[in-house]
Amino acid sequence: MYPTDLQYTRDHEWLREDNGEALVGITDFAQAQLGDVVFVELPAVGRVLARGDVFGTIESVKAVSELFSPIAGEVVAINGALANQPESINKTPHETWMIRLRPAAGTAEGLLDAEAYEALLK
Amino acid sequence: MVDFGGWEMPVQYSGIGDEHMAVRTRAGLFDVSHMGQIEIAGHDALAAVQRMTTNDVARLAEGQIQYSALTTPAGTFIDDVLVYRWAEFHYLLVVNAGNIRKAAQWISAQATESGGDVAVVNASARYALLALQGPAAGSILSEICTVDLESLKYYRFAPGEVAGARAMVSRTGYTGEDGFEIFLQPAQATRVWDAILLAGAEAGIAPCGLGARDTLRLEAGMRLYGNEMDETVSVLEAGLDWIVGWDKATFVGQEALQAQRARGIERGLVAFEMTDRAIARHGYPVLRGDVPCGVVTSGTQTPFLQKAIGFAMVPAELRAPGQELIIDVRGRRAAARVVAEPFYKRARPARPAAGPTRSE
Repeated sequence: MYPTDLQYTRDHEWLREDNGEALVGITDFAQAQLGDVVFVELPAVGRVLARGDVFGTIESVKAVSELFSPIAGEVVAINGALANQPESINKTPHETWMIRLRPAAGTAEGLLDAEAYEALLK
Repeated sequence: MVDFGGWEMPVQYSGIGDEHMAVRTRAGLFDVSHMGQIEIAGHDALAAVQRMTTNDVARLAEGQIQYSALTTPAGTFIDDVLVYRWAEFHYLLVVNAGNIRKAAQWISAQATESGGDVAVVNASARYALLALQGPAAGSILSEICTVDLESLKYYRFAPGEVAGARAMVSRTGYTGEDGFEIFLQPAQATRVWDAILLAGAEAGIAPCGLGARDTLRLEAGMRLYGNEMDETVSVLEAGLDWIVGWDKATFVGQEALQAQRARGIERGLVAFEMTDRAIARHGYPVLRGDVPCGVVTSGTQTPFLQKAIGFAMVPAELRAPGQELIIDVRGRRAAARVVAEPFYKRARPARPAAGPTRSE
């Protein structure tokens, strides 16, 4: 059920390559654990992230949780639509991106493919 | 599932938002069997219950219920309770799951102190408790219940049968909606649970967990023991002056509360709404300048009002509605505004009455 064109982290973020840049969101498993998402706090455009850096927070009715960058890179865009429609993370987690990164060179290591991520969830 | 006072309980079934909206617009069913029941009986039971609770039990008719508190000599909460007057010589106190042992011991000690003919029994294991809440609760329950619900007023209870099982039906709840709490023998509970869900299927009933129970009670402005109330918080600081029977003879904590009323409280509970985009949660500091001066006791984003709301314990001078509060939200300063309670009040109460509050 996890899309094979995405790469995944053990912290339940996904990454999609897009014209040399990368979109980042959270997985279906993560959104199900959180429940109804009500807020997403995202970084300023231009911020430079190391792999594993906290790039924001996500809040559901029941909990608040941090978001971790799957790779190193610079934030070139954030998904502003999430301010008004955070629930799209629950509805379409794998289509709803949060930040767009310009990857630092040679950083996409240690990510999981769909099969390995699903194995992790078992 | 989570552990809650030794009970394994679901946080949610279909989702907190779904369940919350079901209760506000249709009906929801909660298993609240974790709540404790302590029975007090005997010819001198009234005097004992008067001594151990803040509210005036003499004002209760048979079949009537009262929100009240067990307090320390300092007027702080041992527990908040519902007092059921079963008969002249027979009372039932419903206490919080986490406080059952403490409350039972304290109640026994007070009964002994009160003296005369009075017996105390911790009957918690003898009762399962289901809460059916929401605007459709009455029509759903009436299909499978022998109690005349039309004439059962708010904060009244009556014995009868639900789905063929012996039950006591109480028009109470912890959601801000019309609804019922159904006391059952534990062996009957699963069957009655299923029967209520079946009877409510057409109306869109939803089974509900602890998550929605918490968002619903908060939206309705009801306090929760352990958050808004504990042994460091007085009844007046919790804003529950109305559950103190000032004119009754005596109760544990009375002198302290009278003195506190005379001199005024130094801190108190307020209801707030966030004005900045953030959720202030339990334990977040309220700031004056850069220094904590208070604390958020409960906070969430509520599914029905779609606002970030909460309760905070703050210095008395910050309690006026409209007062701005600055809350430390994980290192960020976020603004909130003190508002009048409750956040939510149902449009057409089924029974005219101020909504008594009650805790988990």
